[in-house]
Amino acid sequence: MAMTLHVDIVSAEKELFSGAAEMVSAPGEMGELGILPRHSQLLTRLKPGQVRVQLQGGEEQLFYVSGGLLEVQPHLVTILTDTAERARDLDEAAAQAAKQRAEQVIANSRGEFEYARAKAELAEAIAQLQTIEKLRKLRKSA
Amino acid sequence: MAGAKEIRTKIKSIKSTQKITKAMEMVAASKMRKAQERMRAARPYASKIRNVISHLAHAHTEYRSPGLVEREIKRVGFIVISTDRGLCGGLNTNLFKAATLAMQQWRTRGVEIDLCTVGTKAFQFFRRLRGNVVAHVSHLGDAPRFEDVLGPVKVMADAFAEGRIDAIYLVYNEFVNTMSQKPKIEQLVPVTAEVKDAAPAHRWDYIYEPDPKELIELLLRRYGESVVYQALVENVACEMASRMVAMKSASDNAGTLINELQLIYNKARQASITQELAEIVGGAAAV
Repeated sequence: MAMTLHVDIVSAEKELFSGAAEMVSAPGEMGELGILPRHSQLLTRLKPGQVRVQLQGGEEQLFYVSGGLLEVQPHLVTILTDTAERARDLDEAAAQAAKQRAEQVIANSRGEFEYARAKAELAEAIAQLQTIEKLRKLRKSA
Repeated sequence: MAGAKEIRTKIKSIKSTQKITKAMEMVAASKMRKAQERMRAARPYASKIRNVISHLAHAHTEYRSPGLVEREIKRVGFIVISTDRGLCGGLNTNLFKAATLAMQQWRTRGVEIDLCTVGTKAFQFFRRLRGNVVAHVSHLGDAPRFEDVLGPVKVMADAFAEGRIDAIYLVYNEFVNTMSQKPKIEQLVPVTAEVKDAAPAHRWDYIYEPDPKELIELLLRRYGESVVYQALVENVACEMASRMVAMKSASDNAGTLINELQLIYNKARQASITQELAEIVGGAAAV
């Protein structure tokens, strides 16, 4: 029996492929990679392109990836694909927006976090919930 | 017939409330199913990247990322994931209680806290209590996208990379089943021993293409994002489940209330008829 690799291809939103294969080829950042069983450990970034998985028996499956990461262990290949096009400046913009949203409203109320008040309020809310629960039980048994 | 009209209006108003809660229950139930599916779909990526990170933690890498090394803690970051809307039972309250408790423990040790809130409820809560909220996103809807978490995660990850905070915790609701959701606090970075399980037999290192530092940092960043995304999706499922249960009990309560009021109404009606009859009889007897 030919040696096989376990291949997992996942994106953040779903699993694309999981199973045994004889060979995987992927578009590594430094060039096309062909991975056979017992490849030594490797970590690389992927370029957008095709991932080809050669299944046992010679059948081949194709996946398109828009970039991501590839990890190789001797009998395990994990491909973590990015779902969306990613750009450094896009991330930066999102981070800025998140910061601003927080700052806008808080600007004038910085200070010490009031644990006592937080606890009191939470205790109150929880007591309310418990009371409702109790009342419901009483009603049911009545 | 004093009071009968008021009782009637009251019954009517409760009935219309009941209609709303029933509708909300049904909507939440169908949304929950979808949210659960999304949660399941997001799981493989999170678990695979966890595996890779645990391999990485075992490798004798030439570059040690700060994300893998514990350091002395002077300031911690909390990412708190809550819902945008209320009417979902004690979900948020319980979460905030757990978060506050954890924060207070840090506080007593003289550790400062930075907060990053996801969802309106957490933001309102921590703002009102003067928490130091450094980043915030909300209105992500019922189907949050992966891109949605990038902003807040980047704010925290940058702070970690620059050494302004020494650990990042994630606070969210864990979906146990429809009836039960548990608040959970998880350490995101530095990667904890929990993730670094099973000791390896020999020393090895990766072949990196191109650069170890860049790759490991990228991997850790993706790891953080995927864990936060997973938590976000799970929290949505929790929200829907919790709302469904809350609305169901609200509908039930409205039902019992209506029954009781109906009884009172009938009694009042009967009493007034009896009284009228007695008056007529009494009047006839007098004549």
